[in-house]
Amino acid sequence: MIDKSELELLKAAQDGIAFEKRPYLALGRKVDMPEEEVLEKLEELIDRGVIRRFSATIGHRALGIVANAMIAWRAGPEEVARAGRILASFEAVTHCYERETAPDWPYNLYTVVHSRSREDCIATASELSQASGLEDYRILFSEREYKKTSARI
Amino acid sequence: MTDEIDRQLLAAVQEGFPITSRPFRALGDLFSLPEDEVIARLERLKGEGLVRRIGPILDMRKLGCSGVLVALKVDAEEADQAAQVVDQYKEVSHNYLRPDPSGYNLWFTISAPEERIREILQEISAKTEKPQLVLPTKRIFKIGVKFDII
Repeated sequence: MIDKSELELLKAAQDGIAFEKRPYLALGRKVDMPEEEVLEKLEELIDRGVIRRFSATIGHRALGIVANAMIAWRAGPEEVARAGRILASFEAVTHCYERETAPDWPYNLYTVVHSRSREDCIATASELSQASGLEDYRILFSEREYKKTSARI
Repeated sequence: MTDEIDRQLLAAVQEGFPITSRPFRALGDLFSLPEDEVIARLERLKGEGLVRRIGPILDMRKLGCSGVLVALKVDAEEADQAAQVVDQYKEVSHNYLRPDPSGYNLWFTISAPEERIREILQEISAKTEKPQLVLPTKRIFKIGVKFDII
């Protein structure tokens, strides 16, 4: 877990740094912390794994990557670990999660696939199915994006 | 439009942004660009929507948060209204219309402490009166969106 000053720092940083010569100085001013301490704390939070990456988030639509599909897979208990690793190994797969199921929803593995077209997504799904051996899946295309942000504290 | 230098810059900042007093100068050193030009280029790329933000990507589990994927059974024509209710919560990071024959058409993710997730789901249920499919995260095999830029 993290202490109060770290929490304040992360809350301020998650809005994104300023595009100026000394952005960490500007960030420190928001939370009343010297620049040097900001740099130390951020490095430390990376070492502790609280910050997975400090980087730019790319607007994929601007890159022409417009199709986004979530594929829900049904994997048996004995095959879920192996299948999950195989699905995750594909470059086209940006997210791969195991989830609990619900009474009217038997799917327990989820992959997100970004692509330049729907046809590409469908082709990728079929490739993933062959590689993982999972045959029961459904593709959920995004038709409208209501919200897309990074998870925030 | 972007040129070769833009693409190299994008690929670099997507991998990681320097944590040092003068990060734009450090980036410039990699490509033999002046600090001011790096800032100007990234500003422009942000204006064009290619860079959304530069900052920390957090491991929410290390911050005491759990994740859950939720689907609402809502007709496509009512989805906009339900989405407005859902989007109000800062704990909701993604929310999409993903039509499915099951009728679960609105799909969103919540990241928060478990108790807070329960509270949000109850509130959404009260406000929308739509059935919910609640799928908590058990294991993460892969997370993090990186795109081929070059």
